[in-house]
Amino acid sequence: MFEIFSNIEFTPFLLSFKLAFVTTLILFCVSLPLAWALSQSRSRFKPIFEAITALPIVLPPSVLGFYILYALSFNSPVGAFLDEYFGVKLVFNFAGLVVASCFYSLPFMVQPLQSGFEGLSKSMLEASYISGKGKIKTMLKVALPNIKPSLMTAVIVTFAHTVGEFGVVLMVGGSIPNETKVASVAIYEMVEIMDYTSAHIYSAIMVGISFLVLMSVYIFNGKHNKYIGGVS
Amino acid sequence: MITIDIDKKLLGSMGEMPLHVGISIENKSFVALSGQSGSGKTTLLRILAGLERAKGKIVVDDEIWLDEKTFLPPQKRGIGFVFQDYALFPNMSVLENLLFVKKDLTLAKHLLEMTELESLQERKPMTLSGGQKQRVSLCRAMMNRPKLLLMDEPLSALDPLMRNKLQHEILMLHKEFGTTTVMVSHDPSEIYRLSNRVIVLAQGKVVSDGDAKSVLLKTQGSQKFSFEGELLDIIKVDVIFIAIIAIGQQLVEVVLDASEAEVLHVGQSVRVSTKAFSPVISAKK
Repeated sequence: MFEIFSNIEFTPFLLSFKLAFVTTLILFCVSLPLAWALSQSRSRFKPIFEAITALPIVLPPSVLGFYILYALSFNSPVGAFLDEYFGVKLVFNFAGLVVASCFYSLPFMVQPLQSGFEGLSKSMLEASYISGKGKIKTMLKVALPNIKPSLMTAVIVTFAHTVGEFGVVLMVGGSIPNETKVASVAIYEMVEIMDYTSAHIYSAIMVGISFLVLMSVYIFNGKHNKYIGGVS
Repeated sequence: MITIDIDKKLLGSMGEMPLHVGISIENKSFVALSGQSGSGKTTLLRILAGLERAKGKIVVDDEIWLDEKTFLPPQKRGIGFVFQDYALFPNMSVLENLLFVKKDLTLAKHLLEMTELESLQERKPMTLSGGQKQRVSLCRAMMNRPKLLLMDEPLSALDPLMRNKLQHEILMLHKEFGTTTVMVSHDPSEIYRLSNRVIVLAQGKVVSDGDAKSVLLKTQGSQKFSFEGELLDIIKVDVIFIAIIAIGQQLVEVVLDASEAEVLHVGQSVRVSTKAFSPVISAKK
């Protein structure tokens, strides 16, 4: 019975996880200051930035994929600039996938972090300012360590969401084996060529991993809340 | 010497209200800010801390904290602030909370010793009682040896016994460090015990300014006792009426005649005063 597994190619999974890991890392670094700025802002223009950040949630992945594909291709000023001055091509390769995933998964990192920061006691942050600490030190030493559940949610959901993306990846990356053919695209192709056995195995693995990831988030957050609730 | 002359428009429950305060505070004094909620006390304290902006001028010794051109941010004012909700950093232990302000282990240990918190120094704030948390907060506020200590109703969430203990500790720290202190408080006994000056605000203006005795004692003329309370009930008993009045945490009965009972109504704020008797004071068992 194990011989069906020996025919399975695991590269698409590795590629999916590599993509998710790199995307999560980049998004964490980008979203941390963004989420902090949004949470502390009282500007009239805040809703505009919030709406832009949330756009990838509501847009069809094909729309997002189309714009990203267009923006990164040689036909657009951005793509032409990157190619001309840095020799970087971001279409139909892994680097392009990372850029596309970063746009696609941005809200999943920003929103939990922002709501975590917004939920912090205002006076606690003020106490840090009065202690002589600036905004950056306050964010890193006081705010961030006190939003662990939000941080955990942001990182894991971003990771899982990137593993699960399909439309944007297909449009920007295509399906080049070992380069852009991630698990979700591989499953799509298997169904297309009616290789249902492989599609079943791939899909089952995806369901299993996704379930484990989400369950671990809920267990962690449940424990954390119980801890806080139990002693305060 | 702290000179304050500030203006700010506040949005109160009764619409827009101007906050205008012009006072000066002697160094090393202990000032209590009192007044009904919405009178602007907390805003004044926050303006002093640099947590809110206002028009006008704040000069501390020779340093300008606020004028038309200057706004010194809270980080640069070198103050201490004790919040009503403690505002401790939950991710740090008691000692780390203190050291976060300044890496001065000797001072931190000294403060913890003074407030009997040494044995709790490794504990996280979440595991402390309200009184312990507020003592940590007080110690933390003293860590940068502030020129000015600001406290926003620091003891209002605590029970009377714990309040007493903390009042004593606040006074002890005030004496040892000689810090100019401004405290928002509603509690007359607390104000009397701690402060040497009381400033009462109403509708954004100073309405009373003096020592605790002259500002807080409510008796006038030949009155011996005078208490403010809430009229809870009026009960008719034969030809007289009995009023039940809540004064602080206590209920008292006062006999009324029919004419008095007619003009008073339940729920009203009332003043109970008496002239011609000599009270007996005995220790509580």
